[in-house]
Amino acid sequence: MAEAGQDKTLRDVAIGETATVRRLVGEGALKRHIMDMGITKGVEVFVRKVAPLGDPIEVTVRGYELSLRKSEAESVLVL
Amino acid sequence: MGIRIALAGNPNCGKTTMFNDLTGANQYVGNWPGVTVEKKEGKYTKDKDVTVTDLPGIYSLSPYSPEEIVARDYLLDGDPDVVINLIDATNLERNLYLTTQILELGLPVVIALNMMDLVEKNGDKIDVDKLSRELGCPIVPTSALKGRGMDELVKTAIELGKKGVPAAPQIRFSDEIETALAKIIDALGSRVSPATARWFAIKVLEGEERTISQLKLTDADKKTVDAIRDALETELDDDAESIVTSARYDEIAGVVDDTVKKSTKGMSTTQKIDRVVTNRFLGLPIFIVIMFFVYWLAVSVGGGVVTDWANDGISGDGWLYTGGEAFDEATAEYEDAQAQITAYVENILGEDEVSGLPSDDSQEVLDALALAEPEAPEDATDADAMAEYQDAVAEYDDAQATIAAFDEEAQAKHAVATMEVEGDDGEVEEQAITFADYQAALEVEEPDPSDGSWGLWIPGLGAIIGNALEAADVAPWLQSLVMDGIVAGVGAVIGFIPQMVILFLLLGFLELCGYMSRVAFIMDRIFRKFGLSGKSFIPMLIASGCGVPAVMATKTIENEKDRRMTIMTTTMIPCGAKMPIIALVFGAIASGNSDATWYVAPMFYFMGVIAIIISGIMLKKTKLFAGETTPFIMELPQYHMPGVKNILLSMWERVKGYIIKAGTIIFLSTIVIWFLMNFGDAGEGFGLLDSEAPDYMEYSLMAGLGNLLAWIFAPLGFANWQATATAVTGLVAKENVVATVGIITQLGDFGEADPQLWYGFAQMLGGSTAAIVAFCAFNLLCAPCFAAMGTIRQQQRSAKWFWITIGYMCGFAWCVGCMLYQFVGLALGEVSFGIWTVIAIIIAALMLFQIFRPMPNYDKKDEKVARKLETENEAA
Repeated sequence: MAEAGQDKTLRDVAIGETATVRRLVGEGALKRHIMDMGITKGVEVFVRKVAPLGDPIEVTVRGYELSLRKSEAESVLVL
Repeated sequence: MGIRIALAGNPNCGKTTMFNDLTGANQYVGNWPGVTVEKKEGKYTKDKDVTVTDLPGIYSLSPYSPEEIVARDYLLDGDPDVVINLIDATNLERNLYLTTQILELGLPVVIALNMMDLVEKNGDKIDVDKLSRELGCPIVPTSALKGRGMDELVKTAIELGKKGVPAAPQIRFSDEIETALAKIIDALGSRVSPATARWFAIKVLEGEERTISQLKLTDADKKTVDAIRDALETELDDDAESIVTSARYDEIAGVVDDTVKKSTKGMSTTQKIDRVVTNRFLGLPIFIVIMFFVYWLAVSVGGGVVTDWANDGISGDGWLYTGGEAFDEATAEYEDAQAQITAYVENILGEDEVSGLPSDDSQEVLDALALAEPEAPEDATDADAMAEYQDAVAEYDDAQATIAAFDEEAQAKHAVATMEVEGDDGEVEEQAITFADYQAALEVEEPDPSDGSWGLWIPGLGAIIGNALEAADVAPWLQSLVMDGIVAGVGAVIGFIPQMVILFLLLGFLELCGYMSRVAFIMDRIFRKFGLSGKSFIPMLIASGCGVPAVMATKTIENEKDRRMTIMTTTMIPCGAKMPIIALVFGAIASGNSDATWYVAPMFYFMGVIAIIISGIMLKKTKLFAGETTPFIMELPQYHMPGVKNILLSMWERVKGYIIKAGTIIFLSTIVIWFLMNFGDAGEGFGLLDSEAPDYMEYSLMAGLGNLLAWIFAPLGFANWQATATAVTGLVAKENVVATVGIITQLGDFGEADPQLWYGFAQMLGGSTAAIVAFCAFNLLCAPCFAAMGTIRQQQRSAKWFWITIGYMCGFAWCVGCMLYQFVGLALGEVSFGIWTVIAIIIAALMLFQIFRPMPNYDKKDEKVARKLETENEAA
């Protein structure tokens, strides 16, 4: 299963589904910021909804609501 | 000895509420050195020896955002005696992420477990004692909103601060990481104190450049550390930063599992609200309704009714307390009568075919009718006054003769004039005016609101001051300074206050209850394309009413670049005061022919919107704003009802800042402009000009300045002092543009809707349509009025950025004006191809290049934050 989802990112997760974070790509401030907000290896992320204009998305992680753009969700690899 | 408490915590955890609770109104707002992050300090209400410093709300101590750097530097080097770490008990996991980092800093720490009442309400349970043991510091449950637990919290903090015992962090990572940390602590040796060793070891392990350069490690040490890090990264197959962050969150998840009992419930209240409020289909309509409501209350009610009232009451003549309706009716009747008179006279003596204005003959009669009978001077021995009086009487007699001749002619012709009248149903009808109607219309007197027959009249402060000065026989220049300079200037500041109060109460509510984050969520997609934030929408909406509250409203935008960009562009939206300019230009181009040129007025509105979009795209690619699009990784906080005290305090803080800072700038600038307008040499030596003289402005310093600057506007088609002076007076208030045109063309009594002023204005600009359009575009886009500029200065919190803003606006307005004049002029055949046409083409090409070129790469990302701080340090 891990093989099949090698390139799957948080962006590809359908609304209403939950995914487990595998790894974060990229470096520097953006990556650190995503991690600081609680999206780290092994955590479960529930994709709650997408904004009325199609971007950004809203996810539930570690018991709170977080919004991030689809482009930013791409740097979160999920199982 | 005083105790210094640092208040740290996540955004949206109730920190502001707690700070307000602890310090009351004893707050000082300033800036952290070098950055434009707000610094708040205050004295504890129950013990003045205790100082509380409110650190910016942060999620982590990573040194990436200015807020994080400021908070971290203060905790490490600012030497607080004790830290109160406020955490939201309903969101323990993410809040503890910051807590575990603070605990490593080697400071005494007490945790305020806030919103405990909500936890209990949800049916959850937190084992506070166990949590305290597992973290290694005391915990006090609180509810900042209800003021519970505050005394105990401060008591614990003060005790801890006096003892000075640092927190003992109990969180331990996995063995691999701990081994690596132990090795690094050995390598660091005595360079760090035992209490802070763990903090520095973790930062060094993460490979954080900032810390490594601070510690001044030798090359050998760096190699040792790199080897330790490499070994760990290979062992755990990830980079060190990710390893530490994940490990920290994993340990916290363990602690939360141990200490929190969650009642299994479905959706939270916030999730239920958001299902509607940020719904795919309902989100936008709800947003529009809320924005409409804010706009309506702040701009229409606040800006219209309340500000008018304040303007009349403070700087104006006064206001009618009761009986306003009857007075309005009488005014309408009077205006109707005046229209009848003009129509009647024009019908008989004709109107000018070119301009549509009354012919010279008609004008003579109308002027004669308007002339009042002179009054004899009180002192009959005053020769000068008597001579003046006799001249006036002769003039009056001439006028009466003109009227008599006209009456005779009209009666002889049995003339019946017709006038187009718009009925109640909007239909245009012809109304016949007989000589008797005309006579009756002459009898209608202009109603005077202050004569007591309409209702309770309260004279305005301006009128009272004016009368007092008159009575005290103060020198005319001083009267003029006080009335036209100070009262007008300060009045402009005060006039905005009611509007700002309403606006900031509303915005404060939206922000504190959590909706503002949703606004950013809903609007982000549109605005990030222009380098702006989703929250930029609110200032721009408000700007269509007034730029001052609009610039103030940018405060809700946390990201510095987004906020600066919004401040730079938001006043390009035509505000209420710019409407008369558009009306004037519209009239001058279209001569009131609204069928053929209906598009002119909306065009200037769109011009504002397009100017913002173009500016956003262009500025985003300059060095000032370059870089990655600001990330939008943002918490959507839980909704909650904000406390009244907090809304009031947030409103007061903003309004107070406006009054003090904007007030001083506006005050000084109005005096300077007053001086320029009213002083000069009219052939009698330098001094105050007589503003009763018809062409006094020609001799003023302002005219001189206008001549001096006029060359700048040659490529825009209005290289004369009149147009230049008009633009300068527009800086005091944009309403002044029309008023100044009136004074210069000596048609001061006519409004922007009057054909006569349209004509005079067109003449002033040489009758060129292209020049009129360029003039309007320049005046709409250039630096806003002083009130708005003062607010910009206050909000940019940096002199450099203030000048960048004003410079950009004026430069951009000039370029747009130049292009409009050259291109429109060329198209209409008013301008011949010349050097400035070439320059206009070059400007257009450069703008297009800047708009369409890809994002340039200025400098490396890692250095950017540090560099920005440096440049701002220099600026400060």
